[in-house]
Amino acid sequence: MASWSESFDALPAGGVPSWLSTLRHSALDRFQALGFPTTRNEDWHFTSVTPIAERTFKPVVPKAGASSLSPNDVSALVLGDPAWHRLVFVNGRFEPSLSAFAALPAEVRVFTLVEALREAPELLAEHLGKLAGYQEHTFTALNTALLQDGVVIHVPRGVVVDEPIHIVHVADVQAEGGAIHPRLLAVVEALAQVTIVESYAGVGNPAYFTNAVAELDVGNAARVSHYKIQRESAEAFHVATAQVTQGRDSVYHAFSFASGAALSRTNIYTKLAGEGAETRLNGLYMIDGSQHADHQTFVEHLAPACASRELYKGVLDGGSHGVFNGKVYVDPVAQKTDGKQTNHALLLSDQARVDTKPQLEIFADDVKCTHGATVGRLDQASLFYMKSRGIGAEHARALLTYAFAAEVLETIELDTLREGLEGLAFARFTQGEQR
Amino acid sequence: MLKIENLHASAGGKEILRGVNLSVNAGEVHAIMGPNGSGKSTLAQAIAGHPGYEVTAGTITYEGRNLLEMAPEARAQAGVFLAFQYPVEIPGVTNAYFMRSAYNEVRKARGEPELDPIEFLELMDQKLKLVDMDTSMLHRSVNAGFSGGEKKRNEILQMAVLEPKLAILDETDSGLDIDALRVVAEGVNKLRRADRATIVVTHYQRLLNYIVPDFVHVLAHGRIVKSGGKELALELEAKGYDWIGEAA
Repeated sequence: MASWSESFDALPAGGVPSWLSTLRHSALDRFQALGFPTTRNEDWHFTSVTPIAERTFKPVVPKAGASSLSPNDVSALVLGDPAWHRLVFVNGRFEPSLSAFAALPAEVRVFTLVEALREAPELLAEHLGKLAGYQEHTFTALNTALLQDGVVIHVPRGVVVDEPIHIVHVADVQAEGGAIHPRLLAVVEALAQVTIVESYAGVGNPAYFTNAVAELDVGNAARVSHYKIQRESAEAFHVATAQVTQGRDSVYHAFSFASGAALSRTNIYTKLAGEGAETRLNGLYMIDGSQHADHQTFVEHLAPACASRELYKGVLDGGSHGVFNGKVYVDPVAQKTDGKQTNHALLLSDQARVDTKPQLEIFADDVKCTHGATVGRLDQASLFYMKSRGIGAEHARALLTYAFAAEVLETIELDTLREGLEGLAFARFTQGEQR
Repeated sequence: MLKIENLHASAGGKEILRGVNLSVNAGEVHAIMGPNGSGKSTLAQAIAGHPGYEVTAGTITYEGRNLLEMAPEARAQAGVFLAFQYPVEIPGVTNAYFMRSAYNEVRKARGEPELDPIEFLELMDQKLKLVDMDTSMLHRSVNAGFSGGEKKRNEILQMAVLEPKLAILDETDSGLDIDALRVVAEGVNKLRRADRATIVVTHYQRLLNYIVPDFVHVLAHGRIVKSGGKELALELEAKGYDWIGEAA
C-alpha cells in the first residue's frame, strides 16, 4: 500500500484545481481505508487480486522522444476502422501524433482530461467522480486518486454522432512494472447518440497494471454504445470499471471482449434511473493457459418499465479460469421490470474452470426476471452431424467453437468491429483457415 | 457395394439390432420398413458411424472395406451419406460455409481439387434448383430456425452436393406435406445412377410411390423378418405390420 502513497506523492501538483486535489486526496484516503479486496469479499470470491496487491507498481514515466510506434503500428494493434476519430494513449500518456481526428459534429466536445481541465473545467467539476463511486470500490478509489489523463466526451442535447470515438490504450515495454489509471467521462445529454470504443493492447509482452474507470451519464432518450476490446499483454493485469446512469427511455449497450492479460476483471454497473430505459450488456472472453477473466455486472432497476438484457459467453482452454457474476437489483418502485441474464461457457480442456454466480434481488412484485447459465463442452450431436458430412473431427470442433463465440458477436452493431472480432475468433479456433 | 452380416448393435446397454443381414448392390434402391422401435434408425445410424450406437457383433463391408473400422468422416469421404431424421441445428455456421467445407473434404479424399467460394456458389446455384430452395438459405445458419420441410430439403441439398455412392434416407418423409415430399423424392430420383445405391428407411409406404424401390425389407425386433419386391410395401400398407410378426 505504501508504494501507492509514493505514486500519489509523485503526481505533478501544477495545474490541478483545488476541487480535483481534494477529490484525489479523499479518494486516496478511501483507497487506504478499503484496501485491496480479499476472496472473503463476496464480490471477489472467485478472483484473487493478490498478484496485484503484493506487487509494487510504479508510475510509468515516459522517456523523452515519446513512442517509436507509428499510426500504422497502432492500426495493426487494434480492431476497427482507422478512419474513426481516434485518441491514442501510449502507457497512459496521450500521443497526438498517433491520433486521428474525424469530422465530428461541431457541438460535440472531445478532450483529453488534461485539455478538459484547461478548456472545460466546469464540465469536469460538475461530473468527474460523481458517478464512479470510489466510496465502495477500491479500484475506482485508486484510479481517482492517481488519475492523470484520459478522455472527456460531451454530446449536447439532440446531437447524433455517427462516427465512433475510439480510445486506444497501448502499453509497450516502457510500461514494465508500471500502473496506468485511464479515465473516461462521457456526458451524453437528452436525445443525443454516441458510440465509444475502448481498445487496450500490449506490445512486447510487458507486465503492467491497467486500472481503468469509465463514468457515463446517459440522458433521457439518449443512446450510447460502449465497446471495450481488451487485448492486453499476456503478463498484464487489467481491471476496468464502467459506471453508468441512464435517464428515461435511454438505451445503453455495452460489449466487452477479453482475450488478453494474465488477470482481468471487468465491472459494469448500470443504474436504470428513468422510466422505460433499456440496458444491454454482452460480452465474449476467450482465454487459455493460466489466464483468469472475470466479468461482474450489476444492473439496478430503479424506475418502472425498464429492460435489461445480458448475454456473456466464454471459451476456455488450457488451465484458464473464467468468472461471471451478474447481479440484478429491482427496487420496489421498479414495477414492470423485464430482466434477462444468460451466460454460457464452453470448456475446451479438462483443466479449464468456470464459476458463475447470478444474483437476483427483487423487491417489486410485477416483474419478469430470468437468468440462465450453462457450462459445457461441444454438442456431440452437432459434431457427429458435421463428421457425417465428411468434415474431419478437428475441423468440426473448430467450427463449432467458432459458432459458439460468433453468436454473441452478432450483437455488435459496428460492422468493422464485429468482422474484426469474428476474424480473431475464427483464426484462433481454426488456425487461420480460409473462411 | 454394401454387405451387412449378422449385425448386432446396442444403445445405452440395450440391444436394438439382433442380427441384421443385408446386401445392397450398385444401382439398387432398397426400402427398409418396420414399426416404431424396430431398429430402422439404429441401422441407418450404425452405417453412418454414430458414436451412440455400439456394434457388438457382425460386420459391415462397404466396397470391400471394413466400414466399422472407419471414422464417421472417413465413411462420408468414401461416399456414404445419411439424411438425418432429425437434422441438427448449428447456429453460427452458415450453410454455405458448412457445405463448402464438407464438399471440399470429400473432394480432397477423392483426390480432386478444392473449389473456391465463387466456384462453389456456382455449383450451389444448380443444386438449389434441384430442391426448389432460394440462395438466401446459404447465408442462414445450418438448419437454425428452419421449418421441418426446409430441414429435410436441406438434407437432400447436401446429398445433391456431396453426390454419395450410398445414400441412406432416414424417415425423410416424416413431417412432410405432399408438395415437399414430391420435391424431396424428385431430388433423390435425379441422383439415381447405375453406380449409386439408395436405402430408404420409412414407416409408411407413401414415399415409395415416388421413390420406387427394387427391394423392400421389413425390420422387426432388430432383425429383417421379410424381404420382397415393391409390392411388399403395398401389402404392408394394406395389412399393417402385425401379420409380419406372426409370419416371423
